[in-house]
Amino acid sequence: METFTYYPGCTLRTKAKDLDTYARISAEALGIVLAEPDDWQCCGGAYTTAKDEIATKLSAVRALNAAKELGRPLITVCSACHNVIKQTNYDISHDENMAAKVNNYLQLPEAYTGETTVYHYLEMLRDVVGFDNLKEKVTNPLTGRKIAAYYGCLLLRPAKALAMDDPENPAIMEDFIKAIGATPVIYAQRNECCGGYITLEDKAQAQKRSAAVMNSAADMGAEMIVTACPLCLYNLRKNSGSELPVYYFTELLAEALGLKEASNE
Amino acid sequence: MNKNLKEQVLRSSGANVLKCMRCGKCSATCPSYDEMEYHPHQFVYMVEKGDIETLMKSESLYRCLTCFACVDRCPRGVEPAKVVEAVRLAAVRQQGGNRLSPDMIPDMLDEDLPQQAIVTALRKYAK
Repeated sequence: METFTYYPGCTLRTKAKDLDTYARISAEALGIVLAEPDDWQCCGGAYTTAKDEIATKLSAVRALNAAKELGRPLITVCSACHNVIKQTNYDISHDENMAAKVNNYLQLPEAYTGETTVYHYLEMLRDVVGFDNLKEKVTNPLTGRKIAAYYGCLLLRPAKALAMDDPENPAIMEDFIKAIGATPVIYAQRNECCGGYITLEDKAQAQKRSAAVMNSAADMGAEMIVTACPLCLYNLRKNSGSELPVYYFTELLAEALGLKEASNE
Repeated sequence: MNKNLKEQVLRSSGANVLKCMRCGKCSATCPSYDEMEYHPHQFVYMVEKGDIETLMKSESLYRCLTCFACVDRCPRGVEPAKVVEAVRLAAVRQQGGNRLSPDMIPDMLDEDLPQQAIVTALRKYAK
């Protein structure tokens, strides 16, 4: 049994409960312990790349340091938390000036300089559980379903900080789809942005972007789309005008492991 | 040209705009290209020239989705999104420069809108 410090983030406690609930029950079935710290703070949703911003990066550093103090890797499911926490960890490891300012403010018992290993839940499935091992644990394979993986922007980029997969030709979600018995559908827009937070500023732009993603997937014969991001799910469902169903990848994982109906009873 | 402003933006972005070879790949791959008055390659060039006040007044600042497509696809490692962010911060950090304030949020909500959208927008559009 491997134990991870689990950082759910603000949205998984509210609008994205499915992403969280199915992640937790599936991890348990796979022998992974997700230990949530008591006092995590919202990551802010977007990493501020500016070198002269320190305060906006502190909540991510606190989460990283909490995992370090427990000697455990940190795991997230939300694409945005994953992006913010990994970019923070990369910069505090590579930018001495940022590390000095952050540590000068936080006054931790021991300075934090990037010691924690950060996993996205998909990386845990690939690198800790193993997709071959996952395949063996599937009791309800999703045979015959044609599923399009939607990476969006936050899961892969910037690649030098996130180091999750090839940002232009990723395979991790397609390999996950194969492991749960379904057929992955490759399409051009799988790693292009859904419009993100622009839905608040300019609905038309969000509609245009999310429709481009959905139409691209539909053109290649997808029957559904999976994502790890609550904001992608929102844009693809509400702004795209497409009828193609959109799910969190954790929901399909729980279904394949035979846990979904049990959890709904 | 405001030399102090240029130095501030360059330092804040951490980018080296002199590495740009003007291939335009950043703008070619930008999902907001059609919505922008000034495109990513123009941000890089105009910051290099010190023409930053023009960018600070442009709506283009609020069209960047921070999707990092231009960052990963730039063959010279210029990281245009970081230049856009530095200019946007220079604008929203001004007195009265906030694009979005918390009291505007309730009217924007619908029952499915994730919290992630709100915190991200506030981080992008306000100080």
